[in-house]
Amino acid sequence: MSVPQNLKYAKSHEWVRAEGDIAVVGISDHAQHELTDIVYVELPQIGERVEAGKECAVVESVKAASDIYTPVTGDIVEVNEELSRTPELVNQDPYGKGWMFKVKMADLPELGELMTPSDYAAHIGE
Amino acid sequence: MSDSLQLTPLHAAHVALGAKMVPFGGWDMPVQYAGILAEHLAVRQRVGLFDISHMGEFVVAGPQAEATLNRLFTNDVRKVAVGQAQYTLMCNPTGGIIDDLIVYRVEPSVFLLIVNAGNIAEDFAWIGQHAVVSNQSAQTAALALQGPQARQILDPGLAPFHVARQAVFGKTCWVTRTGYTGEDGYEILCDNADAVFLWNELLKRGATPCGLGARDTLRLEACLPLHGHDITADTTPVEAGLSRFVAFDKADFIGRDVLLRQRDHGVARKLVAFQMTGAKCPPPRQHYPILDAGRKIGEVTSGTQSPTLGCGIGLGYVEASRAAVGTTIEIEVRGKLFPAIIAKKPLYKRGT
Repeated sequence: MSVPQNLKYAKSHEWVRAEGDIAVVGISDHAQHELTDIVYVELPQIGERVEAGKECAVVESVKAASDIYTPVTGDIVEVNEELSRTPELVNQDPYGKGWMFKVKMADLPELGELMTPSDYAAHIGE
Repeated sequence: MSDSLQLTPLHAAHVALGAKMVPFGGWDMPVQYAGILAEHLAVRQRVGLFDISHMGEFVVAGPQAEATLNRLFTNDVRKVAVGQAQYTLMCNPTGGIIDDLIVYRVEPSVFLLIVNAGNIAEDFAWIGQHAVVSNQSAQTAALALQGPQARQILDPGLAPFHVARQAVFGKTCWVTRTGYTGEDGYEILCDNADAVFLWNELLKRGATPCGLGARDTLRLEACLPLHGHDITADTTPVEAGLSRFVAFDKADFIGRDVLLRQRDHGVARKLVAFQMTGAKCPPPRQHYPILDAGRKIGEVTSGTQSPTLGCGIGLGYVEASRAAVGTTIEIEVRGKLFPAIIAKKPLYKRGT
C-alpha cells in the first residue's frame, strides 16, 4: 500500500497535508483498500467546527458505513463536492482526487502529534 | 480472529487468493476477494464460485420421515418427488420462523436438508425432538456455482430445483440446481477431502471466486430473505410475504393455527422491498427507521447499494396499511430523511 512521504497520518487511517494553516484531509490507500468499493461519502458542512479525533464524515462501502475522524481541530473551509457524484474517487486516487475536506487549523502543534509516514507504515504492518 | 471460529476445508485456499476473512455464523469466511462489485457483476454476467461449506446438511430417513417433516415444515413435503427440491420454512408454535431451508428428497424415504450456518445447533435440536436426524455438516463441504455461464462449466442435466448424486470431475457429489443469487446455477455438496480439488477445477474453468459480500448483495436484489435479519423467530411467513411456501391445505403442522389466523384476519406488519429514489442517497442499512410523512412505520432489516440498479435497496417491515407497492416512504440515515419507494419483489429478476 502506498504511504506518501509528504503527509502525516492518524491511527484511524486519515492523512493530512498541511498547506500553511489549512489541512487537507483524506483517507489512506490502506483504508480505502480495507473499506473497498466506496459508494457514498457524507462530508461535513462548510463552517462547521471539528475537533481532532472526533468523527466528522462517513464513507459507505457496499457492506458498511464507517466514520472518518478529523485528525486536526479547526473550521471546515472546503469539502470535495466531487465525491457526492463519484465516491469511487476515494478508491481510485485516495491521496489526490479522493481528498475529503479542508480544515483551517486552530491548533497547529496538533500536527506534530500525528504519525510520520514510517510510523504509519509500521502501524499498518508494511 | 477468534479461536472459536470454525474453518471450512477451503479456508487456506481463500487466504491464498487474498480473501478478506470475516466471522459469519460462527465461521471464518471470505467476505470478498477482488471486491464485492466485481464479484457481484461476475455472477450476474458470467459465473461465480462461492464456498458455502458453512451451511448445515442434515439427513432425515425412515418410513416416518415424510410425515414428520410435513409436521415440522410449512410447505408440503409430499409434493417433492425423488430428485426434487423445495424451499420451506420451519416455524415454532407461534408461527415464528426458526429457519428457512431447502429440503431435497434424495430417495423415497431419505431427505437431505440444507440449513443456515448460524442455526445448525438450534435446528438440529428442534428437528431432533421430532425425528431421528443425522448432522452431516462437519464432514460435508459445499460450493455454489452461480451465474448465466454456470452451465458452460458444469452441466449435470438437472432441471431447476432438482438434485442428483453424480460424479463431478471424478468426485462423487450431490449436485443441486438451486442457489441464493437470483441466477441460474448449481450447488455441489462433497466430502471435505474433495473440496479443494473441486474448488480449483471450477476456478480453472473460469469461475470467479466470490465472497459473502457479493452473496448478500445478490440475494438482496433477488429479495431472498436472510434468516436472523429479514425473517426471525419473531416474524412469521405470512408477515414476510412467504405464504406461498405455507401449505395451509395439508394436515396440521407446527405454527399452523397462528399462520391461518394471520392469513384470514391479516397482519399488522409486512416485509417489503424498497429502493431509494433520490439522486444522492446513502445505502440503507439494518435497523434504519422507515417513515411515512415523518411518522415511523417500520424498520429496515437488510440494506445495501445495489450494484445492478445503481441505488440503495433494502427489505424491511412496515405497517401493513403502508405496504403497497408504489407507496412513497423515507429512510432515516444518521438523523436525515431520504426518499424511497416500496417496490415489487424481486428487485432483480434474471433476463430483465
